[in-house]
Amino acid sequence: MKVGLFVPCYVDQFYPQVAVATLQLLEKLGCEVGFPLNQTCCGQPMANAGCEKESKAAAKLFVENFKDFDYIVGAAPSCVGFVKEHYDILEQNPDVSHVRTKIYDITEFLLDILKITKIDARFPYKVGFHQSCHALRGMRMAQSSEINGASFSMQKQLLSMVDGLEFIELDRTDECCGFGGTFCVTEAAVSAKMGSDRVADHERNGAQVITGGDVSCLMQLEGVIRRQNKNIKVVHLVEILNGVSFEK
Amino acid sequence: MTHSEKATRYIKDEARVDWHDKALWFVRQKRDIQTKKVPEWETLRELASQIKANVLSELDTYLTQFEENAIKNGVTVHWAKDAQEHNDIILRILNGKNAKKLVKSKSMLTEECHLNSFLEKNGIEVVDTDLGERIVQLRHETPSHIVLPAIHLKKEDVGETFHTHLGSEKGAKDPQYLTGVAREHLREKFLSADAALTGVNFAIAETGGITVCTNEGNADLGAHLAPVHIASMGIEKIIPRQSDLGVFLRMLARNATGQAITTYSSHFLKPNNGQEMHFVIVDNGRTEQLGRVDFRKSLYCIRCGACLNTCPVYRRSGGHSYSFTIPGPIGSILSPGVDLKKYASMAFASTLCGSCSDVCPVKIDIHHQLYKWRQIIVNESNSSFSKKQIMKAMGFLFSHPGLYRFAGKTGRKLVSSLPGFVLYNGLNTWGNGRELPQPPAQSFREWYLENKHKTGNKL
Ligand code: SF4
Repeated sequence: MKVGLFVPCYVDQFYPQVAVATLQLLEKLGCEVGFPLNQTCCGQPMANAGCEKESKAAAKLFVENFKDFDYIVGAAPSCVGFVKEHYDILEQNPDVSHVRTKIYDITEFLLDILKITKIDARFPYKVGFHQSCHALRGMRMAQSSEINGASFSMQKQLLSMVDGLEFIELDRTDECCGFGGTFCVTEAAVSAKMGSDRVADHERNGAQVITGGDVSCLMQLEGVIRRQNKNIKVVHLVEILNGVSFEK
Repeated sequence: MTHSEKATRYIKDEARVDWHDKALWFVRQKRDIQTKKVPEWETLRELASQIKANVLSELDTYLTQFEENAIKNGVTVHWAKDAQEHNDIILRILNGKNAKKLVKSKSMLTEECHLNSFLEKNGIEVVDTDLGERIVQLRHETPSHIVLPAIHLKKEDVGETFHTHLGSEKGAKDPQYLTGVAREHLREKFLSADAALTGVNFAIAETGGITVCTNEGNADLGAHLAPVHIASMGIEKIIPRQSDLGVFLRMLARNATGQAITTYSSHFLKPNNGQEMHFVIVDNGRTEQLGRVDFRKSLYCIRCGACLNTCPVYRRSGGHSYSFTIPGPIGSILSPGVDLKKYASMAFASTLCGSCSDVCPVKIDIHHQLYKWRQIIVNESNSSFSKKQIMKAMGFLFSHPGLYRFAGKTGRKLVSSLPGFVLYNGLNTWGNGRELPQPPAQSFREWYLENKHKTGNKL
């Protein structure tokens, strides 16, 4: 099984450890992983800002880079969702269609394709789970609090396989962190306030660590935590699954 | 001013923002509890959505059926193509009866048409009788929410307003006392009114009747006491059958405020003896919206206000940060159709989190519509944010790997390491409340090139 590793632009630049963890995790589980060196960005930041047209070039390049893999996997529901949902801006051909159907967020890939049932990792902390909106209401990887139906969360299901990990309960289970792509700078005041409120919820409820599946949300929350000098760590869920340890 | 500018101003008073956020979140929580008591809730949503889809595809038929039946019932039916025509019709009806005093129950449509100021200019006294609306009317403000018009005010503010305008005790803030003051004041207005105007929540094609939902009974009181009852409705308020009403009444109040049903659901079919009843059916841009395939679903809206309550941006920026009559997510997908340039910033006042779409009882794909409006606004409106150029540059960067990598590296090492899009557009507002990510020693790419021989796989 040839897997193309998709590393979103800001992960490459600011959170390389998330990409490393994804790569190592996939390899541990027996995947043959390739990393196309020419990849840049999926185009989402431009498109959400109203510049879908300008994001086309990025989208084309994306397809070019990943069309020869059996699966494309990234630790980024938001970007993966964008490729799936919005690559209708490209002329559709077998390559585009292949990329759109074979791209998976790491959580889905582990549960639905590799069908793993256990993880060899230990993480003895009180963890606040940040539910990213794109995983939730875009990719439907969990039940949103607005909908009347049985609750589930694929990401929490995965994390529950980790030894010693204890989830804390939040007052607002799935409120947005306020990142929102360019929203974080065009509506900076509201965005920062949303981030601060989210962190306060985790803190109030005793989180030692905040985790989640989207690096963009985590970047927002970590930005707030560091500004406010809070004693809460932020790690991506793949780092936990890959056995991250805070002990030096 | 853009939404962002107004919101920045609003957010300065953090205690008030927190209070506003909590007050509305409380409503959202009540809504969750109520809706989860209805096992078939999601079925109702689907059904309601489908009924609305059917209404819009047969709108002409249902409207004429409604008109015919209303006329049979003794109601006078008027058609208004825009706000001006609507206002003229109302004035004509009032003048015909020599009516000088009008009591109004809640109607967002008349807000949209700016009816109050028009009538006042023409010598008519207009009194909003919904408590919240009366409060904002006395303060010469506009409603900041479509269901809770005075949600931006605390009880102290209301006490102050009543003291100034109604002569209540200074410094009073006891809700019971203040409601009592309003009651007395409004009672007198009800008794002396020459005409009453109500909004319409649902207009039933099959019967020609209308249904108005209130919590204060002010629609009933006005309409039954005054010799003339005028009801203003947008063309999209139609539902086909009386039995469809059950679907919507079960959802409206539950989703709006977490009540099982509004205290009053008033059904008007025909005028009382000696009374006149008029229905004014208004288009005012709705037909145009109907013609926009991507946005027609916005006309499903039953104005429950839940998308405002749930919106994390609305809760923290307040209704008055949106320049359109209808604030929040639904306002942001309706307003660009009214004036693309004027309301350009509203579609951007969202993280596209999608909570609005999931909370909507008629399943409007609100956040997808926001996304689609953004494309149109950037392409057509010569947007004042000059986002277009910035993004073009970004699109260019990201589509040229070499250039992007260079920019990334330079950015990481030299500049203070902003997230990509922030770095490139030079707007360092990220620093507002947040630290920048700590630049790693190596990008993933660099790490990979150095370590790939250690990993088992080749490219
Ligand atoms: S768009 Fe939906 S949630 Fe918002 S007010 Fe209308 S019906 Fe209610």
